Amino acid sequence: MDNILFFILSALAIGGALMVILARNPVYSVLFTILTFFAIGGHFLLLNAQFLFIVNIIVYAGAIMVLFLYVIMMLNLNKQSEPTQPFFIKVIAAISGGLLLITLLGALRGMDSDKVISDIPYSDIGLVKNLGKVLFTEYLIPFEISSVLFLSAMIGAVMLGKKNLKDH
Amino acid sequence: MEILPIEVIDKLVIIVAVFGISLVIAMYSTLAERKVSAFLQDRIGPNRAGIFGIFQPLADGVKFFMKEEIIPATADKGLFILGPSLSMLTACMTSAVIPWGDTLELFGRVIPLQVTDINIAVLYVFAVVSIGVYGIMIGGWASNNKFSLLGALRASSQMISYEIAMGLSIVALIMTTGTMSIGEIVYQQGGELYGIGALDGFAWNVFYQPLGFLIFMICAFAECNRTPFDLPECEAELVGGYHTEYSSMKLGFYLFAEYINMFISSAIMSALYFGGFNFPFIDKLDLSHNWETIIGVGFFFTKIIAFIFFFMWIRWTLPRFRYDQLMRLGWKILIPLSILNIIITGLVLLLTL
Amino acid sequence: MVNSQLSEFGIVLLFIIGAIAFVLITLTVSRFIRPNRPNYEKLTSYECGEESVGNVWSQFNARFYIIALIFILFEVEILFIFPWATVFGDEKKIAGTDGLWGWFSLTEMFIFISILILGLAYAWGKGFLDWIKPEPEVKDYQSPVPKSLYEALNQKYLKK
Repeated sequence: MDNILFFILSALAIGGALMVILARNPVYSVLFTILTFFAIGGHFLLLNAQFLFIVNIIVYAGAIMVLFLYVIMMLNLNKQSEPTQPFFIKVIAAISGGLLLITLLGALRGMDSDKVISDIPYSDIGLVKNLGKVLFTEYLIPFEISSVLFLSAMIGAVMLGKKNLKDH
Repeated sequence: MEILPIEVIDKLVIIVAVFGISLVIAMYSTLAERKVSAFLQDRIGPNRAGIFGIFQPLADGVKFFMKEEIIPATADKGLFILGPSLSMLTACMTSAVIPWGDTLELFGRVIPLQVTDINIAVLYVFAVVSIGVYGIMIGGWASNNKFSLLGALRASSQMISYEIAMGLSIVALIMTTGTMSIGEIVYQQGGELYGIGALDGFAWNVFYQPLGFLIFMICAFAECNRTPFDLPECEAELVGGYHTEYSSMKLGFYLFAEYINMFISSAIMSALYFGGFNFPFIDKLDLSHNWETIIGVGFFFTKIIAFIFFFMWIRWTLPRFRYDQLMRLGWKILIPLSILNIIITGLVLLLTL
Repeated sequence: MVNSQLSEFGIVLLFIIGAIAFVLITLTVSRFIRPNRPNYEKLTSYECGEESVGNVWSQFNARFYIIALIFILFEVEILFIFPWATVFGDEKKIAGTDGLWGWFSLTEMFIFISILILGLAYAWGKGFLDWIKPEPEVKDYQSPVPKSLYEALNQKYLKK
């Protein structure tokens, strides 16, 4: 049963990710991204990482994609106004994308292919309570430092907005 | 192939029952809304279809099915259909984690009256709420109508603003309960309030989290787009808001989703803060377990209906906010208040332990 | 325990599939029984009877983006606070550390939240949480009735 679910979810994730880059309308791309996030969330659930599952849904599928939709819906990215990219930008994009692909393939080659997903023992670390215990004892300093990261991100958002508001 | 195990059949029956009950209650909420508004405005309300108009929701439903559907030529057809469907879907999804009652003992088996009790149920509700933005946003954008887009923009901005305060008020609740399973939260509320024996069965979270409940309730109003937060569809400025272009069953989905949302948020409020199916002095009655459960379910639905009435009462009493007032309430009042609530809860918990 | 939790999520999945089926069935049934007679006028978009001018997709107030950006940050922080909230009141931990755990974790969260509040205060101070307020126009219409009369009336009823 788990295996069947695994393959269905993988097919959904890969299909969704392909549709993200193949869809002509950027709004459809965003919607397929959401589908992909849901499929990946399902994988987390199969690994008993409940908290990661819910974070994936709330933060990625819920919050970040709302912002993406905002930007795409409001920035008038429909066909007529889409600027055609110069040739050399396409070349550069292809090269950088290819490099990423090679890196990923290299990482895959180094993986132990005997280890299939069902062999990984279920652990309870993904449950919210256990995660909380670890996060607030062992990983306390990184946790506190992450709040500074949030602060800088918030100030960055405000700075970005300042420029936009002045234009209006 | 073996026959389905009996537990699965139990679950299927409960799932179908939950769907049926939430749809019927949402249907009759539409009638109740019109009756309540009529009562508050000294009118009679619908009274032609059946006695007291009890067949009015059925007539409305048939009308939604039979009306011609108009999809504007400039609209994005796929997304135009997806929008209301998503709205309806997210409205239906939440009821999976609500405990409708205690357990029933039938045919020698114990059947919990809850579809499922996942141990991150509170976060699941929160996740469904955060997905709920898409139905309105997609529908409003796909209509290719200026009113719809403005409505969708307002709706999404309002919903995400109030989601934060809602999350923070839930955090304070989790601090006192220490669990995220709604079933367990309800069971905990069956005890004695402040440890006083005379107040048995009254340990409702609303007495421990009054401020948190107030914030949660205001946010629930905002998430359901009910008056005084119905700016996304305010007819005085935006014709019909995000559903201006919709007709037939798709309009029906949007309107119906609002009523299901109202029912579900009433259920969540009564489960999280008002003791769910617990009722005071349950042990004094000396009834068999099954009877206690059935009376408990009755109490739970009474609480839900009281909340639904409250929703309607507010709608026909208060005027609508202006947009800057709405944002000020969300960001400058509710969020600081809910952070304050977390701090107070933490201090009180530590000092009373 | 683990497997039972997994099957609990399976039931949620079943529930969601049921909801999808309900939506699809309703849409298909209504598709077959409703009339379909479109014409050009019906299919134009509704703008109170006016011919619609221009495209819908235009630039919007940048405040909407900023609200969404700040929202994401808050959402992530809330999700960080959730695991803390579940372990905060943990009686075993508090008993094991002589009550120190509670104060310790509360101070941790105080620091975290106060940095978060700093960000909110910054956005607040810069005026990004202020929305545009409607300002009523004052007409310079010269009324034959002098303003002082109105003012006197106002004062008279204000005191009561």
